[in-house]
Amino acid sequence: MAVVKSKKVTFAAGHLAAIFASLITLTPVYLVCVNALKSEAESAAMGPGLPSELHLENFVIVIEKGKLVTSFFNSVLYAGVSAALATLFAALAAFVLSRHRSRLNRAIYFFLIMGIALPINFFTLTKIMQLTHLINTKPGIIILYATLQIPFAIFLIYGFVESIPRELDDAATIDGCGPFQTFFRVIMPLLTPVLVTTFILSFLNTWNDFIMPLYYLNSSENWPMTLAVYNFFGQYKQSWNLVSADILLTIVPVLIVYLAGQRFILSGMTSGAVKG
Amino acid sequence: MQLNARYPQLFTWPALVLYTAFFILPSLGGIVYAFTDWSSYSDEVNFVGLKNFRKLFSVDENYFAYFWNTFIFTGVTIVLKTVFGLALALLLDKGVKSFVNFYRALIYVPVVLPMLVVGLIFRSILHPSHGLLNVTLRAVGLDVLTQHWLTDPHLALFSVMVIDTWKGVGYIMVILLAGLQTIPKEYYEAAEVDGAGALARFRFITLPMLMPAIMVVTVLNVLYGLRVFDIVYATTNGGPGYASEVAQTGIFKAFSEGQYGLGTALSSVLFVILLFVGYGVIRLLERPPARV
Repeated sequence: MAVVKSKKVTFAAGHLAAIFASLITLTPVYLVCVNALKSEAESAAMGPGLPSELHLENFVIVIEKGKLVTSFFNSVLYAGVSAALATLFAALAAFVLSRHRSRLNRAIYFFLIMGIALPINFFTLTKIMQLTHLINTKPGIIILYATLQIPFAIFLIYGFVESIPRELDDAATIDGCGPFQTFFRVIMPLLTPVLVTTFILSFLNTWNDFIMPLYYLNSSENWPMTLAVYNFFGQYKQSWNLVSADILLTIVPVLIVYLAGQRFILSGMTSGAVKG
Repeated sequence: MQLNARYPQLFTWPALVLYTAFFILPSLGGIVYAFTDWSSYSDEVNFVGLKNFRKLFSVDENYFAYFWNTFIFTGVTIVLKTVFGLALALLLDKGVKSFVNFYRALIYVPVVLPMLVVGLIFRSILHPSHGLLNVTLRAVGLDVLTQHWLTDPHLALFSVMVIDTWKGVGYIMVILLAGLQTIPKEYYEAAEVDGAGALARFRFITLPMLMPAIMVVTVLNVLYGLRVFDIVYATTNGGPGYASEVAQTGIFKAFSEGQYGLGTALSSVLFVILLFVGYGVIRLLERPPARV
């Protein structure tokens, strides 16, 4: 009896600690939410109190002044297209590299996933972007983002390809499928879970990034949301209500993607990490 | 049927071409340019030997401190994230019986937020006069603890590391929690029957069984720490002075100032460090395949 009771106490304490930890992680998000609805004076201290009256017009102001509509669509375009490209290219490569482990292919795999560790050289990359006329262009930034996601994407998908029986490839060949048909009709549907994971992780990485546009996009029309927010902050430092509203609008899409794709995100983060 | 025909090399080309052209080529080319006086001021690029590297490692310059700060940042955040991440993982695995996924989802939220936004929010929270942290400290009578968190040269880097830990600990927790959940319950039961206390069970079952996961989070943190840029840029931008400058913020400054040769040298040093670290890491991640 005593044991049961002490266990109950332990779990109550455990829940308290877990709730406390959750509160600490959520406080900044909460601060942004309440301050986005305050007046400028009330939000000056970025305090945790509830707004005395709701200033919904903050959102209208930031959408206009912060160029949020353009930057939102830029972000969707960059994150969406680059994630799709990276996922497709990584899947193609991972499929062949995982199935046909020749010496050459092992070396290629190793070479590609070294990209997980290496830093980019922004100076010489600028040169390449200039030579290819991709600097300050939307296609340029999309290609860069796709490239940056490829190493980790290959790493994720490579492990997953192993779990698909080779006999399916044989069956497809016997049925007269060439390599393209085998891949797109047979293998790709079976890779769906890991492809979704890869897509979501790439999407979020790109959505949250601001380094690439900092280096490679000088025109504000091409800026994604993160950079637009930063620029907005530079202009409206004194108006934390507006900055908060701007921040909130930037993180809402991220939070939606996170909530919708949580299962895939967590599986991606832990696969590869724990299987050893 | 020939493997080459069934699994055509062509499939690897898009990934290989992009990766080589936009990632590897710049890095290797950068090493060549590191020995030149390449800058935005002149169209001419001259070979200057080791001049840039001499400048980087000279005691009269601050660049050495950039690397020192980068290593401090990496080392300290590894410890902070692993300790807190492990504590949270243990809490969710052993301390609570229900709502595990719920708590996990909440604690993971900062991981998906844009670093830039996190930096802005913390700039407000850590504001010396009206930031939430100092206001709260004063409200509970702990005025002595109030600090100029991001503008005191002795504290700035530390504050950035704490913010970074807040942002990244959920990621580490998730990996360690997944590791904990793979440890068979029978081990603990058997140990309990043998009279092992909670500490002994942690020391002799949990820790050894969790070692692979701890290794993984450590290498992830090393790779992240050595390349850190976003959070420093968004909070202190290397300041005050050079107090929280890291390798990547130094690289960005060199870029903005048009000192391309010097910046490339800085970038190449980082490249070589990460090449060695990365080699070890990838070997670790790339486990021997289960079958061929």
